[in-house]
Amino acid sequence: MNTLMNDEVGIAGGLRKLVATIVPGAAVEGLQRLSGGATQETWRFEAVSAAGSTPMILRRAPSGDIEARLISAARDRDVPVPHVRHVLTPSDGLGSGFIMDFVEGETLGGRIVKSNTFAVARETLSRRCGEILAKVHSIDPAQFPALRSSAPSELLQYWEDQYRSTHWPRPVFVCAFRWLRQTCPPPPARPCVVHGDFRNGNLIIGPDGIRAVLDWELAHIGDPMEDIGWLCVNSWRFGRMDKVVGGFGDLADLIAGYQAGGASIRIESCKWWEVFGTLRWGVMCATMTRVFRTTDPTVERAAIARRASETEIDLLRLLAA
Amino acid sequence: MQDQPTPGEMLKTVAEFLRGTWSEEAQAHIAYQVRVAANVLDLVARELAIAPPENSLEAGRLRAILGRDGSLAELNAAFAEALDRGTLSILSPEVRDHLWATTLAKLSIDQPTYSGYRAALADRDGPANP
Repeated sequence: MNTLMNDEVGIAGGLRKLVATIVPGAAVEGLQRLSGGATQETWRFEAVSAAGSTPMILRRAPSGDIEARLISAARDRDVPVPHVRHVLTPSDGLGSGFIMDFVEGETLGGRIVKSNTFAVARETLSRRCGEILAKVHSIDPAQFPALRSSAPSELLQYWEDQYRSTHWPRPVFVCAFRWLRQTCPPPPARPCVVHGDFRNGNLIIGPDGIRAVLDWELAHIGDPMEDIGWLCVNSWRFGRMDKVVGGFGDLADLIAGYQAGGASIRIESCKWWEVFGTLRWGVMCATMTRVFRTTDPTVERAAIARRASETEIDLLRLLAA
Repeated sequence: MQDQPTPGEMLKTVAEFLRGTWSEEAQAHIAYQVRVAANVLDLVARELAIAPPENSLEAGRLRAILGRDGSLAELNAAFAEALDRGTLSILSPEVRDHLWATTLAKLSIDQPTYSGYRAALADRDGPANP
């Protein structure tokens, strides 16, 4: 049982000492938990000093130090990411994690694909995603020996094991696993740092375009096409099925952006990775029933569990239209 | 076969949520959670109306495909196993039609506004219908 400062008072106490060193003399105000599960938390607060008020984010996660190093490596490659101000050390007494700048903007996918505020930005978002992903995939994986490295067949086996652990027959998932096994790509010739959750919903968007790429905790070493297939999963198009890339753009623009930096891409495997991504999201939803019945019996958890069927209809469209 | 959690589990959770007391910190999230709770109640109402006839149609189709009897859960487990072994295939029209019919029924309960469901219905009705 982790009793390490899960309460707001404990966090506020630990932050007070720390923030005064990051922004000289600053006090912590407006501490507020934004989201998180059992193992990770995101807190927002203001560092208030004579110079003004700076909104910041405290992220606490078991692999927070690797996440912070990834964000910094991405920043070195001109990927838009929040500025990491401090990586937590044991003497900070706040567990594992980091402090970064808060970036203002929209993350709700439905608004990003529909609102007039982003109409101009939407025209270039897909190309920009391609440019950004090419930069992410150019990070040297040797810098991150602790990241798990998996061949496509190993990822597939992992998710099939997850599905089997639910003990609930899903004929559509079984068909998809079989198709994926039969058409599985070989291990990538050049394994890359893969973001792992690069999608509409994890990008901070302004009228000017992409301001920051968030949620690096699922990063691993693998096939760069995984990120592109995941970005195209219909669940992240928020109702705009015709806009294959995140509900805001076309695949041709994404490819053009990716190749502009000189990176090559095996786009013929895009369908495999879209099917894989759809099934991965479906299995993630299906396993939520176990979480609901054990650690998190909330209405939100139940509602997400019942989203597994949306991936079944998407898999049928992809495999049995 | 309808999905999990069951209507009973969901109703119990919504009721506990509505009876709950919330800390001041949590107030900001309450409006969102109340909307989710209302959506869950709508889902349960749809399941109570749609699932009984759809589940018997599903069981009838599975009995015909598998040539055996059993509960809906047993039939689905046997069906999934046959698909996994390759003795049945999604490429066979009978199997494909069954998977579509079953999945469309699930979506009509779980998420009738989902884009993939609306698009599938539009395809079935033909392009002339809105």
